Amino acid sequence: MALRHLLTKKPLATQPLGILGFRRVQTFSLPDLPYDYGALEPAISSEIMHLHHQKHHQTYITNYNKALEQLDDAMTKGDASTVVKLQSAIKFNGGGHVNHSIFWKNLAPIHEGGGEPPKGSLGWAIDNNFGSLEALIQKMNAEGAALQGSGWVWLGVDKELNRLIVETTGNQDPLVTKGPSLVPLLGIDVWEHAYYLQYKNVRPDYLKNIWKVMNWKYASEVYDKEFPES
Amino acid sequence: MHLHHQKHHQTYITNYNKALEQLDDAMTKGDASTVVKLQSAIKFNGGGHVNHSIFWKNLAPIHEGGGEPPKGSLGWAIDNNFGSLEALIQKMNAEGAALQGSGWVWLGVDKELNRLIVETTGNQDPLVTKGPSLVPLLGIDVWEHAYYLQYKNVRPDYLKNIWKVMNWKYASEVYEKEFPES
Repeated sequence: MALRHLLTKKPLATQPLGILGFRRVQTFSLPDLPYDYGALEPAISSEIMHLHHQKHHQTYITNYNKALEQLDDAMTKGDASTVVKLQSAIKFNGGGHVNHSIFWKNLAPIHEGGGEPPKGSLGWAIDNNFGSLEALIQKMNAEGAALQGSGWVWLGVDKELNRLIVETTGNQDPLVTKGPSLVPLLGIDVWEHAYYLQYKNVRPDYLKNIWKVMNWKYASEVYDKEFPES
Repeated sequence: MHLHHQKHHQTYITNYNKALEQLDDAMTKGDASTVVKLQSAIKFNGGGHVNHSIFWKNLAPIHEGGGEPPKGSLGWAIDNNFGSLEALIQKMNAEGAALQGSGWVWLGVDKELNRLIVETTGNQDPLVTKGPSLVPLLGIDVWEHAYYLQYKNVRPDYLKNIWKVMNWKYASEVYEKEFPES
């Protein structure tokens, strides 16, 4: 087993080494918020941001790291049954980490451009695909409000068709589970933990207000990276 | 309790009634496409109504017997199936805490096999969606709205405490109706 690891292409220096010097999986830690916990008020309360970041996102990371270790172990042992069994925990917790990492970047304080409509090629693409920014927002809010249970509503781009799409995913499924060529530009968490302390059962009010702190600059950057302006 | 009852449950009922009207209309017109399309709203909102109606009866104030362990045939069946009441509670709490997303954790009885089961369902799926012969005795709502204002993200604390107001009398009545003592 040791020989197989030594023969892998990755230089040992970039691999975190365990006690015995064997390759170990890359684990993750909670990314910092790009702003203060209260910076998105009144759209999203400081209390929610605290819990959402330090409890919910942190828990996904903790459980993802644990599942990754178990997965690495099962793969090493050739234990296919356990490898398959772990996929649920990997998808849920890994997805939770992926989705929330995007989410924090999707939001920005108003004084840092939060809520400022998109310009440039993304603004143009939105008008092309949906008619107007208002129409897009209305569509996302309707789908977000109608989502049964827990999940996310996304603005994404199909990078093969160069087409913007609005899509929902359940639980912590990342957007890519709806299509391998889909790239998330903006995601809105509609799990109850994302809004309940402030908006109670009235998810539509949360959806209405979150656009005031939407970071369209980030969405434009992601879009421009997929489709660089010539 | 206010929000859960007057907002969440009420909304399921409102939307279920609306879906039923639309379904009746589509069935009358022979519009199969719409009939099929409505099943999602029927299942979600109808399930929400069914599940919450059971839930309110599953709970009782302490001075009305809430939390009092089951006696009689259900108590005996629990020991038989799970070893002890503590073991059953531990199992339900573990499965409830591990449930991904929104859903319910159930104590049910398989009326064909006369066997107690612990099962989870997602979103508002009733227990019967896990098996046509399954009858719910107790259900615990683990949607975040059921506990978040009080317990925040700590769902295990909610699960630990809800047993203090569990209405085992109701569960016993349902069980004995399926399996009358001879």
